[in-house]
Amino acid sequence: MNDGTGNVDETENDQNVKKIMFVMRSAPHGTIYSYEGLETVLIMAAFEQDLTMVFIGDGLFALVKDQMTDDIGIKGFIKTYGVLDDYEVEKIYVDRISMEERGLVPEDFAIDIEVKEAEEIAAIMENQHAIIPY
Amino acid sequence: MKFAVQVLRGPYNNQASDTAYNFVKAALSKGHEIVRIFFYHDGVINVNNLAEPPQDDRNIFARWTELGKDHGIDIVACIAASKRRGVKEGHIIEGTRISGLGQLTEMTIEADRLITFG
Amino acid sequence: MLHTVNKSPFTHNTLTEAARFATKGSVILLIEDGTLAARSGSKHEPALKEIMSRNDVYALEPDMKARGVGSVAEGVKLVDYDGFVDLVAQHKTNTWL
Repeated sequence: MNDGTGNVDETENDQNVKKIMFVMRSAPHGTIYSYEGLETVLIMAAFEQDLTMVFIGDGLFALVKDQMTDDIGIKGFIKTYGVLDDYEVEKIYVDRISMEERGLVPEDFAIDIEVKEAEEIAAIMENQHAIIPY
Repeated sequence: MKFAVQVLRGPYNNQASDTAYNFVKAALSKGHEIVRIFFYHDGVINVNNLAEPPQDDRNIFARWTELGKDHGIDIVACIAASKRRGVKEGHIIEGTRISGLGQLTEMTIEADRLITFG
Repeated sequence: MLHTVNKSPFTHNTLTEAARFATKGSVILLIEDGTLAARSGSKHEPALKEIMSRNDVYALEPDMKARGVGSVAEGVKLVDYDGFVDLVAQHKTNTWL
């Protein structure tokens, strides 16, 4: 099976490795959803699942660099995103319209992301075993 | 079919716990299997045993105990989320348990469908 | 794919956002406050009609009745919890919180 990147998906036959997509739509700090969501991603990555993260709407703000949380007394978690690469979570997509609506550009993000159209994201969504929203 | 259910909001404040319960009851009556119910975020408050809701309203906690004890459904609150919110072993309702995010991972892999209420 | 929406269109853009990611054959289910989008004659009805030109839209009837939503926009299909379960059995689910 082709995973859309041209690579043959070797994990397809492994019953214990599933395609799981995280849909991240919460801004950071206002609620804990984005932070606890990231904790789940790291656990599932440790279980070596085939993970994809998609950032839609205000979820994009969780990825913006230069977040300074000292004055609100909340521990920031933008640095934690840096370890995703070590856990081989590499499919990290940002919805183009959400980005443009918020006046953001790819250079605003703290980690490497790929900007995708809603249609592309929707097609990847259809191909998942499960979708987890945070 | 095997369903796994994730609940992300606390009881009463949001309808998520009620919708999840009604969904699970309907799924059971239609012969589906509930692999597990997993509570995350403020959802973990659903298993705290210190609440005394007014008697003329539904008791959300008693309903989970009914599903866990009478129907034998595995009901788990995330340990990390529970610790943050003061939900702990010894102070949780019957028919539920506290465990790690591995339980969420496992049920997601095992079930045909994961449905989240939040 | 089944997309569930539980937020009112009067306070959130969740329905509009979910609809952007609904492929051909995907269905949208309005639950909880999301059912407020199904009321006929509201300012959101044209947007709902536009979504229904591409995707089937269902609404959870117990939530509509609980909110006194009353008249339902033409084309919205009503389901009870059994119907909700059937939709989940038919489709993978994405919950739009």
